[in-house]
Amino acid sequence: MSLASWALVMAHHRDEDNVRAGYVYIVMASFGTLTLLLAFGLLAGPDGNYAFDAMRLQSRSPQWAGILLGLVLLGTGSKAGLVPLHVWLPLAHPAAPSHVSALMSGVMTKVAVYGFIRIVFDLLGPPAWWWGVPVLAAGGGTAVIGILYALMQTDLKRVLAYSTIENIGLIFVGLGLALAFDAAGLRTAGALALTAALFHVLNHMLFKSILFFGAGAVLTATGERQMDRLGGLIHHMPVTSFIFLVACAAISALPPLNGFVSEWLVFQAILLSPQLPHWGLKLLVPAVGALIALSAALAAACFARAFGVVFLGRARSSAAKRAREVDRWSLSAMAVLAGLCVIAGIVPGFVIDGIGPVVEAVTGARMPAQDSIKWLSIVPVAESRSSYNGLLVFMFIAASASLAAYFIHRLASHASRRAPAWDCGFPDPSPATQYTAASFAQPIQQVFGTFVFRAREHVDMPAPGELRPARIDIEMHDPAWEFVYTPVAAAVSFVSGRLDHLQFLTIRRYLSIVFGALVFLLVVLALWP
Amino acid sequence: MIFDLAIQNAQMLLVLLLAPLLTGFVRKVKARLLRRRGPPLLQPYRDLLRLLRKEVVLAENASWLFRVSPYLIFATTWVAASLVPTFGTGLLFSWSADLIAIIALLGTARFFLVLAGMDVGTSFGGIGASREAMIATLAEPAMMMIVFTIALLAGSTQLSSLAGFMLSSGVGLRVSAGLALVALVMVGIAENARIPIDNPATHLELTMVHEAMVLEYSGRHLALIELAAALKLLLYMSLIACMFFPWGLAPPDARTGAQLQGFAAYLIKLAAGGFLLGLFETMVAKMRIFRISEFLGAALMLGLLGMLLLFVSRSL
Repeated sequence: MSLASWALVMAHHRDEDNVRAGYVYIVMASFGTLTLLLAFGLLAGPDGNYAFDAMRLQSRSPQWAGILLGLVLLGTGSKAGLVPLHVWLPLAHPAAPSHVSALMSGVMTKVAVYGFIRIVFDLLGPPAWWWGVPVLAAGGGTAVIGILYALMQTDLKRVLAYSTIENIGLIFVGLGLALAFDAAGLRTAGALALTAALFHVLNHMLFKSILFFGAGAVLTATGERQMDRLGGLIHHMPVTSFIFLVACAAISALPPLNGFVSEWLVFQAILLSPQLPHWGLKLLVPAVGALIALSAALAAACFARAFGVVFLGRARSSAAKRAREVDRWSLSAMAVLAGLCVIAGIVPGFVIDGIGPVVEAVTGARMPAQDSIKWLSIVPVAESRSSYNGLLVFMFIAASASLAAYFIHRLASHASRRAPAWDCGFPDPSPATQYTAASFAQPIQQVFGTFVFRAREHVDMPAPGELRPARIDIEMHDPAWEFVYTPVAAAVSFVSGRLDHLQFLTIRRYLSIVFGALVFLLVVLALWP
Repeated sequence: MIFDLAIQNAQMLLVLLLAPLLTGFVRKVKARLLRRRGPPLLQPYRDLLRLLRKEVVLAENASWLFRVSPYLIFATTWVAASLVPTFGTGLLFSWSADLIAIIALLGTARFFLVLAGMDVGTSFGGIGASREAMIATLAEPAMMMIVFTIALLAGSTQLSSLAGFMLSSGVGLRVSAGLALVALVMVGIAENARIPIDNPATHLELTMVHEAMVLEYSGRHLALIELAAALKLLLYMSLIACMFFPWGLAPPDARTGAQLQGFAAYLIKLAAGGFLLGLFETMVAKMRIFRISEFLGAALMLGLLGMLLLFVSRSL
């Protein structure tokens, strides 16, 4: 799978950036495979029986189980894009053609989630109480940092790729909660958390595919991925923009669409955390809840920005001005997925019931059957506690909007006319005076970015009378590269530089090295208890 | 069932009719505190009617989204406001959306307001939209912490059960509830674009947030947006009233007398809330835009502290 998608990432291999993306991707994929292979080796144990049934029967000491959990988290995390193992994802996903990006983001990252569930919930045996802690911490951190990265990008497909990282974080929070509840023996709560995670897997697959298809449609129509060279596409591509808007609203967790339902289920699971016996978890889980709320709010800002800059406003380039709607087949592909987004949001009970058997197989319990509840609401635990009805909320919104429209068209003035924009009396005909992607994100960068990315603004303001233009430069540091990868790369290059001396030796020396290694191994074997 | 439906419908109409009155009342209080006479209480109604009668002036490149958004913003805010108990907890559709869903509905309204602000492609629309997005990213986690605290206290996120629990004697005076109340008031001030976060009366270009987003709106569209803003203020007041001051709320199966009593109590609570808001707004000055993160960060910390206290007090 990694090799095939590597070829797809390298589809446009003449581009310098794509070559780098392909290189980083293949290195990270090898690292993930390495840790997973080690994990499977440990799972199989001394007998070397690689059948799942044999692995389940193995008994492991807590230390080995912990090491296994760490290996699996590293392996699947690097394939799914957990921070700080995410660096390949925003390089590789945008480099591939758009429909392939949709596949990679929407489906392939979920294979890693499947791998995690299969190994940790199924093969690894009963969980210890602390297993949820690293998963929850990694998930919560990934969600916030991923969406903050997304807000700082100006390339549309990179925004989408970083948002994938955020969603993966949310899914892992659900999985971590399920682990914590399972370890404490709270089966129904664990089932609720796992259902939330799997529901979000489905949701993310739906809306992220639409968004990448939409980005592909924009790319086809204008040849541009830079948001600051787009704008006003809603006039030229009305259908694409409508479908893209639905997906943006869904991924921003707005009711009555599907993204909200899975987010709501995660919150309901978090609210069950006081039942957990361990203090560490009791305090960690609400903090992760705050992180999830923060990432949801940031996601809404991120996608309002993406839609607003690309589709609304005035065209910022001649390519955006000349855009035409894409062909019917592309549109219908997006429309079907958007329809599924709406359906999953309005009647989530069916989806939950559909996930039910899987959850039951993994955790041994399931959420109460939802199809018998009146009016298709969903009830995680008990109705007096919480319930949500997407269908009714949707109908209420539709009814009140049409009521308002009806009364206003009956009673109010119908007159309307077109005039130049008001803009407080200072309209400027140049589209360059609009807010751009960077300026929209500037307040958020000011609040969060100075901390996470050490963002600094350098303003170069010419003295009065000087004719050169004023400039603002934003300096940002990528913490993942600076603190993880650059040191690792430096260490690897240092060690390989030292080992270089071993490369051009005479045959005698090689033979003595081989002999020495043999003796050493035999001594180790002899001394091994 | 019929009676419950009648209560629900009465509530829907009530919030719609009372919202402009509350806005007018706050304006009146502020004017009197400044020793001005102030506009009459009914002025917001007159403003709305005047706006409805005027023609709409659309900017030349306004899209369909610009014309649809006011209806969506109004509808989502109205639905959210009619699901918060005001005079009685016996709302027929209370179970269709809990507190988290109500807050998310307001998020939907804000999403479309931000998009509408960016639609015409003017610099003021963009400035308002981007600042509103920033404020929302700070206010929403704080709000979620408050919801967690309250929900852990009452064991429910369902507003009817929540109000019922608060009404029962089991709560007592709780420090964490007090912290949550302070945090909720701060978030409410930020969400409703009041001083010190934003000034609803300003048209000084560089300081406005909400007004900058709706700058291009006119006529019936503007009327809907103004009404939605008034509804949102009423919603936050009702939310604070039903969660922290639930006295007088009519229980689900109460007859007409108790409902009327609840209605009177609700009016008194609204008047008190409106007076306090007006008083607060005349006492503080508007803050710089990047001080908002400190203000809302304090709300978040209070919410978090409330929840930690709850855990600690539970375990003792």
